Amino acid sequence: MTRALTLIRRRLVGSVFVLLIVIIGSFLLLEAAPGDAVDAYIVSTGGDAGMIELLRHRWGLDQSELTRLANYLWALLHLDLGQSITFSRPIREIILERLPTTLILMGSATALSFGLGSALGIYAGAKPGSFRDRVLSIGSLALYAVPGFWLGLVLIVVFAVDLRWLPIGGIETIASGKTGLARAADIATHLVLPVAALGFIYLALYLRMMRAGMAEAWRQDFVLAARARGLTRRRIVLAHVARNALLPLVTMLGLQSAQMLGGSVVIESVFAVPGLGRLAQEAVAGRDTPLLLGIILASAFLVIVINLLVDLAYAFLDPRVGASEANA
Amino acid sequence: MSRLHRFFRTPEAIAGALILALLVAMALAAPLLFPGDPQAIAGPALLPPFQDWSLPLGTDRLGRDVLAELFHGARTSLAVGLAAAAAALLIGAAVGTLAGFASGLLDEVLMRVTDAFQTVPSFLLALAFVSIVGPSLGVVVAAIALSAWTGPARVARAEVLSIRERDYVAGARIIGMHPLEIAFREVLPNALPPVLALSSVIVAAAILTEAALSFLGLGDPNRVTWGGMIAEGRTVLRTAPFLSIVPGVALVLTVLGVYLAGEGVVESTAVRRSLS
Repeated sequence: MTRALTLIRRRLVGSVFVLLIVIIGSFLLLEAAPGDAVDAYIVSTGGDAGMIELLRHRWGLDQSELTRLANYLWALLHLDLGQSITFSRPIREIILERLPTTLILMGSATALSFGLGSALGIYAGAKPGSFRDRVLSIGSLALYAVPGFWLGLVLIVVFAVDLRWLPIGGIETIASGKTGLARAADIATHLVLPVAALGFIYLALYLRMMRAGMAEAWRQDFVLAARARGLTRRRIVLAHVARNALLPLVTMLGLQSAQMLGGSVVIESVFAVPGLGRLAQEAVAGRDTPLLLGIILASAFLVIVINLLVDLAYAFLDPRVGASEANA
Repeated sequence: MSRLHRFFRTPEAIAGALILALLVAMALAAPLLFPGDPQAIAGPALLPPFQDWSLPLGTDRLGRDVLAELFHGARTSLAVGLAAAAAALLIGAAVGTLAGFASGLLDEVLMRVTDAFQTVPSFLLALAFVSIVGPSLGVVVAAIALSAWTGPARVARAEVLSIRERDYVAGARIIGMHPLEIAFREVLPNALPPVLALSSVIVAAAILTEAALSFLGLGDPNRVTWGGMIAEGRTVLRTAPFLSIVPGVALVLTVLGVYLAGEGVVESTAVRRSLS
């Protein structure tokens, strides 16, 4: 337990600095963008020049840059992300509204890519250099070369337009009046194609990592020892080779979370899924810089939390991690 | 065996080199085969492919020649991919060398900045950068480089950390070379190979990011891009799916070619290393 606590403490200290750098970076971008918060407010409410002056003064926008940065940090400390231009609502509200959809999409896509990817990786890595290994290696490379948004469009053409098996987009049938399990099933059918498009791209990564790790593990002495003990091939592959190759994939899970958040921007736009990614695209279309930067801050925070969880999972799986520091 | 010979040993590397050669030829030939503006109207709108041999791949929603757009799109994809990757490798190598060589506070600060860049989803960062500064070819290149330099920086730092204890670095110190001169003239060149090994992955990622940006309407509006073509075709996805499929296939082949050629290079150098 102390091991986990040490790990969390050390990680949190580092995360605070990282988050601070992200915030300063987004403040600089916000400053570089044309218009400020008052312009945004006036667009939604209307008002004359005198009112603009008054608001600028009241919100501290006529002060020096350093003061403004301090004000920005102070507001963020209260989880106040400011006002959206296009939605005329607090940004925090909008983001919290959209977040669950993206989390479901990302979670399902991660499960798909990790599960199927590592399974196929075990299948390929069980016999490195074999025909099936070569086919899977080239296949995964080809899959890795496919742009996610294009795969999404192809899936739409095949499964929604031609075969009419699945809906074209959206998160649920509009005004269907469905509740409970029927609604959950409706949402699930809407999510099949976006999850497939997002998951298949990253599947290749896990497949290749698993395969490479296993090819490496085959050369280790403990595999030879297991063979000498007369273990079945199946047991050697699963319990000895694959098991040792699995750990780096867990680390990848955390590193990939940022990539997947980025990937969900295009996928959600293609399938009109009302999540965080689609919100980012809407913010770009509406030239809503405060909203866009709010999304970036929220994503950075999310990535930090996910990586912390992955680190804890890793420490749980590998007893060597953090053991020396806990004793020190 | 010569290096080139070794490279062309695997069928994958040959396929990759062929695809890339075809692509470069397309990019170079674009202004010769299709002079004039590829965004100009060339015929009736939504002409299907293989109908009229003066417009082999047909026309899009506005009657533009799809084949001409495809050729000119190859130019943009290659130019942006290569420029962004070069910039990312350059920034990464410089930051990584500085961090690894300086150690102490500067190292700490630079690595925390690297962490910060890796924490923000790189595509979101590129998206925000282009949308704030405005879409043009240079800005797109800068945005992609900004979101891709962290990998090379980490690799370069790790490499520099192992190199800076070598004897020739100590020798350079003793003869009184300036630390910056040692870092960039003695250490960096020796730390480069593993950093350059990342280039195929980075070029591929840059091409995909450029495509995604222009798909979302953030490409240079004065240039034909494959991502932009896919976005155009999307509006008539039900009636003319080939308009989105054709540029997408070009993208997949390009990125695949980059990966395959990259693997070929890595394999040919790996053999050399294990032999020596």
